[in-house]
Amino acid sequence: MEPIVVHKGNVGVLNRVNVDTDQIIPKQFLKRVERTGFGQFLFYDWRFNADGSDNEDFELNQPSAEGATILLADHNFGCGSSREHAPWALDDYGFKVIIAPSFADIFYNNCFKNGILPIRLPEDEVYQLMENGKDEVYELTVDLENQKISDDHGFETTFEINDYLRNMLLKGLDEIGITLEYEAHIDAYEKQVNA
Amino acid sequence: MAPKTIVEKIWDRHAVLEEEGKPDLLYIDLHMVHEVTSPQAFEGLRLSGRNVRRPDRTFATMDHNVPTQDRTSISDMIAKKQMETLSANCEEFGIEVADIDSPNNGIVHVIGPELGLTQPGKTIVCGDSHTSTHGAFGALAFGIGTSEVEHVLATQSLWQSRPQTMEVRVEGRLQDGITAKDIILAIISKFGVDFGTGHVIEYTGEAIRGLTMEERMTICNMSIEAGARAGLISPDQVTVDYLKGRRFVEEGGDFEAQAEQWLSYATDEGAEYDAAYVIDAQEIEPMVTWGTNPAQGVSVHETVPAPEDGNTPAEAKAIKQSLEYMDLTPGTKMTDIEIEHVFIGSCTNSRISDLREAAAVANGRTVATGVRAMVVPGSQEIKRRAEKEGLDEVFKNAGFEWRESGCSMCLSMNPDFVPEGERCASTSNRNFEGRQGKGARTHLVSPAMAAAAAVTGSFVDVRDLDKATV
Repeated sequence: MEPIVVHKGNVGVLNRVNVDTDQIIPKQFLKRVERTGFGQFLFYDWRFNADGSDNEDFELNQPSAEGATILLADHNFGCGSSREHAPWALDDYGFKVIIAPSFADIFYNNCFKNGILPIRLPEDEVYQLMENGKDEVYELTVDLENQKISDDHGFETTFEINDYLRNMLLKGLDEIGITLEYEAHIDAYEKQVNA
Repeated sequence: MAPKTIVEKIWDRHAVLEEEGKPDLLYIDLHMVHEVTSPQAFEGLRLSGRNVRRPDRTFATMDHNVPTQDRTSISDMIAKKQMETLSANCEEFGIEVADIDSPNNGIVHVIGPELGLTQPGKTIVCGDSHTSTHGAFGALAFGIGTSEVEHVLATQSLWQSRPQTMEVRVEGRLQDGITAKDIILAIISKFGVDFGTGHVIEYTGEAIRGLTMEERMTICNMSIEAGARAGLISPDQVTVDYLKGRRFVEEGGDFEAQAEQWLSYATDEGAEYDAAYVIDAQEIEPMVTWGTNPAQGVSVHETVPAPEDGNTPAEAKAIKQSLEYMDLTPGTKMTDIEIEHVFIGSCTNSRISDLREAAAVANGRTVATGVRAMVVPGSQEIKRRAEKEGLDEVFKNAGFEWRESGCSMCLSMNPDFVPEGERCASTSNRNFEGRQGKGARTHLVSPAMAAAAAVTGSFVDVRDLDKATV
């Protein structure tokens, strides 16, 4: 997994609430047995017209969102199905950071396993950033080490994140590898409860 | 000793490691696996040369992709490959799989309880958000992503932060004819689509105590639709009676001791929760959703709301988005909404009691002209049982399609779907955009309400249907 320390990139604004993982990656694309190549299907039903052409009205198809790597989203982002295909698709499309007022739990966890940084910011800050980025190219710098977000025009804010999860991303750690270092504890537990 | 909630008791008994500054390492008793969210996890194990630590604590089934008509020849080659991949992975790693030919095959959250794999006090995970269903037994059960599936396969454990606890009390007695589905839809509609985020919900109160195990499963199943990863109900004699004699439950002399241990997990009197919500059972009416998230529901006697009815700007925005997709106008009576499809099935409502309730409504009536109605049992065992009771004949005589088991039109990964722009009364758990097919419009209801919609062609209070025909 690629570590994230500081990330600078253009924002994509998705001004909708309760975006569920069925929207992020519709079910017809879950039949693949690979972990890669899901970006082409991201937000499929919103992003493309019935004939397969780009839906010009869709937020992320706007010129201002071209090459976006930071997604600005609204409340309860990633709700619904636990499918990890959602962060796989976001990552493969190019998103490395997602900023929203709130996230659904399973999706939030899944992001950390895939090198995506989900950041919770107060609603008014997210809406301000959305306003800044909705019509023109707007870049943000996300500094995970110092838990700061800034733009080139003087905006700066801080964010909270669990230390353990932060460390996973900063170092790009393999969690199973870490856990296996505690194998003796798991052995002892199983022995103790006769599992 | 201070009184504890069931969540604290289960957590304390399963924490392998608790260290300052990081999540706890939680032992997992049971890992259920299905074909859609597992192939990349098994591949990950192979790539790093790791093994499955406890194949005996892992159980697999295939449900999301399986066809509900002809199970002998699968025309969708990609789906077929995914099912074959699961079989091959289970073979390679020594995991029992209820494959498409197994008499035990069915929806993962239906067969776990059916086989007695699901038990009080267990920690249970599955790469599926509706794993919360198993909480009905007083188990701590939650959905995980594929990376976590791989983690559990390799280590039988997960790093998890201790969750916040939340009580949702359903006080008093229900009105006659109100089902578990109405209760959970009413709870989510009242408190919101994400009120449970970061919490484990424990459902309590007289109305919950009076429910059967199957009804409790319907409630816990939809905890995730309120944002809670897990929802549970403290075990009692109803739980014990359900489990007695099931395949994975130890029988004979041990059963009494086992039952006693199970019951000891129940929340102690006076235990405190981090949050609490109360709903009056009397106020719960037959529910129908009108929008595109499960909190957007009202009583069948109400009307479609307007964006101005939202309590917050975010809610108003959500209502506007939903009305557009659902092609509904504020003020429309729910009983004036006409449907073209009916789906009775899914891990929420496909158990034998659900089918009996729907069959009681269908009996002697006929599916309305222009409506396609289908019944998809949750497992092959339920299908056999329903056929023994003659429910299949009741449905078929009324004009319903009687299918093989599977997830089917809950998420339409298999060939069953709702065409664009058409409406479906569905007993499933999600009315998300495109869930039942691109452009499909889903209205969530109970099995009895779905059957009533099938025979009238629109939504109706199933209790009035009874009066009308007596």
